[in-house]
Amino acid sequence: MQMIIASRLVDGRVVFMDAEAGWPVSIDDGVLLDTEEDTERLLVVAEKAVQNCEIVDPYPIEVVVENGERRPAEVREAIRAFGPSVRTDQLVESE
Amino acid sequence: MALIKNGELADDSFVFVDDDAALPPNGAVIVGLALWQTSREDLLQRSEAIGLVLKSDQPPELIGDGLQQLAVIALEFPAFRDGRAYSYARLLREKYDFRGELRAVGDVLLEQLHFMVRTGFDAFDIQSDDSLADFEVAAADFSVWYQPTADGRDTALELRRRQ
Amino acid sequence: MYRYDEFDDKLVGERVEQFRRQVERRLAGELSEDQFKPLRLMNGLYMQLHAYMLRVNVPYGSLSSKQMRAFAHIARTYDKGFGHFTTRQNIQYNWVKLEETPDLLRELADVEVTAIQSSGNCVRNITSDQYAGRAEEELADPRIYCELLRQYSVLHPEFSYLPRKFKIAVTGSPTDRAAVALHDIGLRMHRNDAGEMGFEVLVGGGQGRTPFIAHTIREWLAPEHVLSYVEAILRIYNIFGRRDNINKARIKIIVNQMGIDKYRELVDEEWERIRDGALKLPQEEIDRIDAYFAPPVYETLEDLTTELGALREADTDFDRWMGSNVIAHKIDGYSIVNITLKAPGRVPGDINADDMDAIADLADRYSLGEIRVSHRQNLTLVDVQQRDLHTLWQELDALTLATPNLGQLTDIICCPGLDYCNLANARSIPLADDINQHFLDVDHLALVGDLTVNISGCMNACGHHHVGNIGILGVDKRGKEYFQLTLGGSSDEGASLGDRLGRGLPQEEVPGAIEAIVDCYLEVREDGERFLDAYRRVGIEPFKDAVYGTADNKEVA
Repeated sequence: MQMIIASRLVDGRVVFMDAEAGWPVSIDDGVLLDTEEDTERLLVVAEKAVQNCEIVDPYPIEVVVENGERRPAEVREAIRAFGPSVRTDQLVESE
Repeated sequence: MALIKNGELADDSFVFVDDDAALPPNGAVIVGLALWQTSREDLLQRSEAIGLVLKSDQPPELIGDGLQQLAVIALEFPAFRDGRAYSYARLLREKYDFRGELRAVGDVLLEQLHFMVRTGFDAFDIQSDDSLADFEVAAADFSVWYQPTADGRDTALELRRRQ
Repeated sequence: MYRYDEFDDKLVGERVEQFRRQVERRLAGELSEDQFKPLRLMNGLYMQLHAYMLRVNVPYGSLSSKQMRAFAHIARTYDKGFGHFTTRQNIQYNWVKLEETPDLLRELADVEVTAIQSSGNCVRNITSDQYAGRAEEELADPRIYCELLRQYSVLHPEFSYLPRKFKIAVTGSPTDRAAVALHDIGLRMHRNDAGEMGFEVLVGGGQGRTPFIAHTIREWLAPEHVLSYVEAILRIYNIFGRRDNINKARIKIIVNQMGIDKYRELVDEEWERIRDGALKLPQEEIDRIDAYFAPPVYETLEDLTTELGALREADTDFDRWMGSNVIAHKIDGYSIVNITLKAPGRVPGDINADDMDAIADLADRYSLGEIRVSHRQNLTLVDVQQRDLHTLWQELDALTLATPNLGQLTDIICCPGLDYCNLANARSIPLADDINQHFLDVDHLALVGDLTVNISGCMNACGHHHVGNIGILGVDKRGKEYFQLTLGGSSDEGASLGDRLGRGLPQEEVPGAIEAIVDCYLEVREDGERFLDAYRRVGIEPFKDAVYGTADNKEVA
């Protein structure tokens, strides 16, 4: 399965494309794509969000679903989805 | 596209002539280096103004004789990231003592105008909806700078000394 | 320390407002990402894996307590409560927001701090020796020339769109703590045969994918010419540096391609034209900047080494810390104190806002309000009275900031790696932690002595792995994180690049490999020689055998 991942322009947060061309921050709220055609189609729509200054650098990633949990297949994308693998106790939410 | 010269909108009286084209019988022309090197004598004998456009891999030392007779030298920025023309501009002003119009052409971003003015450009080919207003804002980005260039304006050090 | 006057303030303020306008244009779609990227990079702003990362300059590693408190405030207000000190004496914030960055920069400008040119294809932060102005062995204070070069290079109209980044370092001591031979331009202060102080000028050093030790372009340069000579070097680079391939665009490539003699010829020709022009430094200007770095008024104190000896005998922890982290000062009765940000369990170089405030406070109370940042991602207090050492140590210890490992195996230089960085192939921080956990015995570490371990998460070498005594490079091997070891690198005055040890290892095997390397060293060591010297004497074979075994030290792809 694939998903479209991107970075939000205004604050750099990692976001995932959903079925309504929205960009939620949680991997669980993005849309899973079954086919290459779906991916291509969504990338075209994502380009509009780039033009609208919502996001930058959208691209497809492989996602595996196990026991209902979604996880990017590559370490790098998993780190983007879930945060750094280190010292998470040091992170204080500034919001 | 608009030409800004000496801080004002200007009409471009020059015609750019391709390397493989024939020189028009009259009119002010800007040619590339190849045509300059083959037709220098003809160009220098024209009664109207002549100019030269250099690409970013063509440093001023290639101009040779006749440099001071050029009314305009245009330096091309093929991509705004290509910063060679800033050095060429300074060399033209400071080493070769070029007094004619030094024009920035190509991928000229508003954000670079201040640096271009400082390095010796006095004419700019820019694309924006409100060229003159944008130019005035961009060229005034900074009123203080550290490094001396040939633009004749005081550096911070000179201002400090006056105090 | 340098203090801004109205002109510096104005320039920095105008820069912040220029960036604010650029951000507005970007958010309104008037600038594309492609157009905006170099502009934000020249203000230190990267797009990384999770968020924007902002790199803030600490000019030549020199920081006031007020500025450190501002760093803490920024961490709390704009970030997630911490910052990261880098291998170029800068600080990085990993979680900033584009729309808030102009305000953040404005707040930094208020304390005379900028992020100007901390990235981009321009001259970056000028780096130097963290003991500048204070080390016993120092020949001349490099900070004066760092500040002159800083002003010279900031918003230089000709050199803001170079082929690639440009890094300059200056040292004034025979022991080179600034790694000048690994910089695009390195300046080494020394006296010529006539006894005059000047610079050896080095050019074309650098790490990354194609590491090079710098060449000497000029043996001795008078200080009045430093700006014009640097200008000549930069102009030749700007004109001739390669722009066809981002991996071949640094000055080291063109210098090695055309040869140092040809490069020198071009530079000298240009320099002859400009050397007596407007960039020639009048003595008044050198003196004017020099005045900012005048030493503080020191008390007349006795040397307390004997008294401290008694304290050291009574307390082994204090003794260890004194032995590793405290360095002799020029002035009797004073010491230089190093605070490593490398305690077990800490991310190397990371520091949270509370610790920033605590160190600012300690600097005010014990070290005349000044803090230095070293390229090894540690901090230094340069004016501590010897009679305060024991109390200071107790306060640091209570903050877990008294780890006695300066220059030792666990004083690891570590880049942010794949946990934060867009460019990385592997995670470096968990490996540093793992190695730390394998070497918790501080007595053993003291026995091993000087041993630098440098970890980079990718070939860009921000962790300076090429010049680690043990260098570790993260690579991606068929989708998995592997680590390649090198031995024998050094960044000081005898700079050398490390030699490849053998095939890459998965993370779980690296600490064991380091143990094997250390054990091998302890076996071959003669007369207490450093690891580096033992390595240079015996060569790589014993270490290869130790790590890969004698039957298996052929490389497997």
